[in-house]
Amino acid sequence: MDFNQDHFALFGLTPTFAIDAEALDRAYRELQTEIHPDRFAHAGEAEQRLAMQWSTRTNEAYQTLKSPFARAKYLLELQGIQAMDANNTAMPAEFLMQQMEWRESLMAALAAADYAGLQALEQAAKAEAERLLDLLAADLDARRDYPAASETLRKYRFLEKFLADIDNAYAELE
Amino acid sequence: MSYSEKVLDHYENPRNVGTFNKDEAGVGTGMVGAPACGDVMKLQIRVNDQGVIEDAKFKTYGCGSAIASSSLVTEWVKGKTLDEAMSLKNTLIAEELALPPVKIHCSILAEDAIKAAVADYRQKHGGGGEYTACNPPKEH
Repeated sequence: MDFNQDHFALFGLTPTFAIDAEALDRAYRELQTEIHPDRFAHAGEAEQRLAMQWSTRTNEAYQTLKSPFARAKYLLELQGIQAMDANNTAMPAEFLMQQMEWRESLMAALAAADYAGLQALEQAAKAEAERLLDLLAADLDARRDYPAASETLRKYRFLEKFLADIDNAYAELE
Repeated sequence: MSYSEKVLDHYENPRNVGTFNKDEAGVGTGMVGAPACGDVMKLQIRVNDQGVIEDAKFKTYGCGSAIASSSLVTEWVKGKTLDEAMSLKNTLIAEELALPPVKIHCSILAEDAIKAAVADYRQKHGGGGEYTACNPPKEH
């Protein structure tokens, strides 16, 4: 095994946003069986330690590729782009306006215990999140426009946060 | 996470929460967002004929530190000139609120918000270039 391989190469996958989830799961299980600590029970200390490092590395790679957000962020990192740079606070004004409005609606729905309102918001946000994921696939795989992909991913991040806020609002209403 | 007393004070009693009409001539609006935590911040200033900021309002959806940072900035910029407001540094905000390193980005957000508000006002009045936060937005 080669520690310098990227996460995709580790599982024998091509580095694209659209991935074969089954192939990823299969490759992950095979690797984990190969490096399972039980197989190194009688090996020397150095080999056991190495197997442990591989196991950790494999888990990290698997978690990264499994999540659409982490996978896109990682693909951009391979291109030298830090999409989540905290110093970059500029986002398109109309996007931020929409985010602001959605959050205001969420607060209002929560204050009024408006369950149907919450559901409508959730539907709208989920549809937008889906749209952004499709756009992300087009940015990354078809157009290979990485700066555009970076902005799409940043937008998607706001949607993820907003959907988590909606989940919390449901929990508060119950 | 434990918040400093000053953060808690601004969080529990935020100053100047609200909205001005963004189409009003004397109003400048700055909107910024932090993808890392999904925080959204709107900061507005009302400027008089002498170029002094008379009033400021904010609306922030985010963590306690982001709310405290924007609340503090609206207090600070009142009575300041536009140039003075432009020279506000996030380090001062972080210091005043005793923000831990993981929350420094909240003070950056507030600094960028006030600068974007001043830039919006100046653009309305035909002076100065557009302020584009720390990094220019991607072109496409």
